[in-house]
Amino acid sequence: MSDSTKAGLRRRGLLGAAGATAAITGFPRLGFTQPRQPIKVGVPTILSGRVAQLGISSRNAMQIEVDAFNAAGGLDGRPIELVVRDSRGTPAEAARLAREMITSEGCEFLLDAEASGGGFAVHEVVRETGTVTLHINSETSSLTADPRQRFWNAFRVARQGVHDSIAGGHYAAQVARQRNLRRWMTISPDYAYGRDTTAEFVEFARSFNSDIQVTGETWPRLFQPDYTENITRLSQGRPQAIYSCLWAGDLVTFVEQASIFGLFAQSQFFAVNMADYTTLQQVRNLPRGVHSGNRYLKNFPDVPGNLAFANEYNRRFNVFPTNWSWQAATGVRLLTTALRQVGGTDPRAVAAKLKGMTIESPFGAEGSVTMRAEDQTLVGYAIGWGTTVSQDPFVENMQKADWAMILRLEAEWKRAKGWG
Amino acid sequence: MELTELTECVTSLSCVVTQVAAGLTIGMLLFLVASGLTLIFGVLGLVNFAHGSFYMMGAYFALAAYGVTNSFAMAVLAGTLGAALLGLLFERFLLSRIYGQDVLMQLLVCYGIILILDDVVKIVWGADFRSMGVPDAFRQPPFLIGGGIIPYFYAILFGITALIAAGLAYGMGRTRFGRTVRAAAINPGMVGALGINTTIIYAAVFAIGAGLAGAAGALSAPIRSVVAGAGVSILIESFIVTVIGGMGSIGGALAASIILGLTRSFGSIGFPLFVEGAMFVIMALVLILRPSGLGGRRG
Repeated sequence: MSDSTKAGLRRRGLLGAAGATAAITGFPRLGFTQPRQPIKVGVPTILSGRVAQLGISSRNAMQIEVDAFNAAGGLDGRPIELVVRDSRGTPAEAARLAREMITSEGCEFLLDAEASGGGFAVHEVVRETGTVTLHINSETSSLTADPRQRFWNAFRVARQGVHDSIAGGHYAAQVARQRNLRRWMTISPDYAYGRDTTAEFVEFARSFNSDIQVTGETWPRLFQPDYTENITRLSQGRPQAIYSCLWAGDLVTFVEQASIFGLFAQSQFFAVNMADYTTLQQVRNLPRGVHSGNRYLKNFPDVPGNLAFANEYNRRFNVFPTNWSWQAATGVRLLTTALRQVGGTDPRAVAAKLKGMTIESPFGAEGSVTMRAEDQTLVGYAIGWGTTVSQDPFVENMQKADWAMILRLEAEWKRAKGWG
Repeated sequence: MELTELTECVTSLSCVVTQVAAGLTIGMLLFLVASGLTLIFGVLGLVNFAHGSFYMMGAYFALAAYGVTNSFAMAVLAGTLGAALLGLLFERFLLSRIYGQDVLMQLLVCYGIILILDDVVKIVWGADFRSMGVPDAFRQPPFLIGGGIIPYFYAILFGITALIAAGLAYGMGRTRFGRTVRAAAINPGMVGALGINTTIIYAAVFAIGAGLAGAAGALSAPIRSVVAGAGVSILIESFIVTVIGGMGSIGGALAASIILGLTRSFGSIGFPLFVEGAMFVIMALVLILRPSGLGGRRG
């Protein structure tokens, strides 16, 4: 009996000792390893329809970068959690989602991955809420070039229409001079991005080569199912060269239809958005010799970091990245760099860090990109133009654009618009 | 308005050939979709708001079949029969229950079908757009007639759609089945009293209508993006055709489709910013001047 009592006491004593030990050593440790409150980042985007690849490839690239950030310990143990929602390409829905993410879902930052229409809608929401927002995919120049659109908490990480237009205009003017291409026509989507970018391209192409004359234009609506009427109009105009900023599925459909009309045998085709894997790999018979700006190519810039990004993306998602992917990855890198430098999530401090920030980047023309302080837009990313071939690498003879020229002409362009 | 360009076009043989050929091809593809829509309305009295979804499904079935067989003929067959079978299933299990009910109920059920099929497409084929591409056999240099351009594939498309239209006209006008269908459209009670199973007639008509939409989707898959929701824009144009042609009139639908195709084609030269608007203007004019439509019965 006494033995059993002793045994019982010993057992209780042992349990008590174990409990005390746990209380002293274990609980604080448990507390330390428990995941801390995640930093929620809202991502309104388009995940369905003809441009679903915009949202899908943005989300995929963000996830790669976020996973790397979280694996490295996050922000003092706080991981980033992406809250991705589908606006189906409707600006009103994009605005509603953005507001809901901020007010109901506790998102502290937004990586807005909408196209321009939705991007402007989200822009107005965050102007009001003061949420630090990085626009990942909106390329319409006025989003950051127009001073009325600027406020402290909104940044653009996407390439900008006017930058592409200067680079494209310079390249096109050179080709036009070499091949004596005087009569041009344009076909671009009938919304803000299409109208603005086309006007800017024509303006710069003509400023470099005054022989260029635009003799006609056609404006299919966004996501138009059939381009026959536009192609016959182009065909009737008998232009020597055609410019287009159609993109994604719209560009694929146009190229397929234009090919069977023999349009590319008749005219040189300049498509700023062709050199992107989502387009290049969907066009069944990619015409040789289409002039295109780089959207995303794994060999431009031809640096190990860019190839590694493409391969990692391909390993995880079984496709190659898009233009939206490099922009999304850059957006996450800028945000996480700012968070680490600030050591917290205070929006004013994070925004202040982002302004003027330069980071090393495999997507930079010279190995880095900068969030320009004066208008909070990305500069220094790689821009080039080349001509298509039907197989990988899909584009050859890439000519790198000169950023000194781009910045000089952009400043003149802004002054002319009264935005300088 | 660019009337000078339009005038130059209509006085130039090359322009007329190119625009007429393009307009006829666009019109005939539209006719395939619209004829199914008007057939279903004429016989079943059902405004099939889900009709565009059968066009979309036809394109996806064709894409899948082409991926397996690499044969465009098999792709078109798969698109047509697949959409017809799907139509039959929806008619039997859903739509047959709302015949004769008000248009709001029809709209609700059809909208449900649209959402279901859009989601099925996203699950099976993904949310991103797909492209079939023009089959290699049809990648031939375009025909040049009087300086005008007629793409080889468009000529093939026009030929196939014209054959289907002729078959449909013959089937509805000259066969026993066609006569029964027309009788059922006018007086279903009397057709039933004569011992004919109208349930089978209705199901067959719906399947044919869905199959025609599927055929249009399959035929246009090589030159258009295949994507969830692709049926919406073609549905709107099909309704315009149905109103202009007369609800239930296949001949009217053919005339209206060609008018719209040519309006699109020549409109892109003369009034490029008002092509969409022009179609609605034509529809409004027909509603004012001939409310029953071009092929509809008066009174």
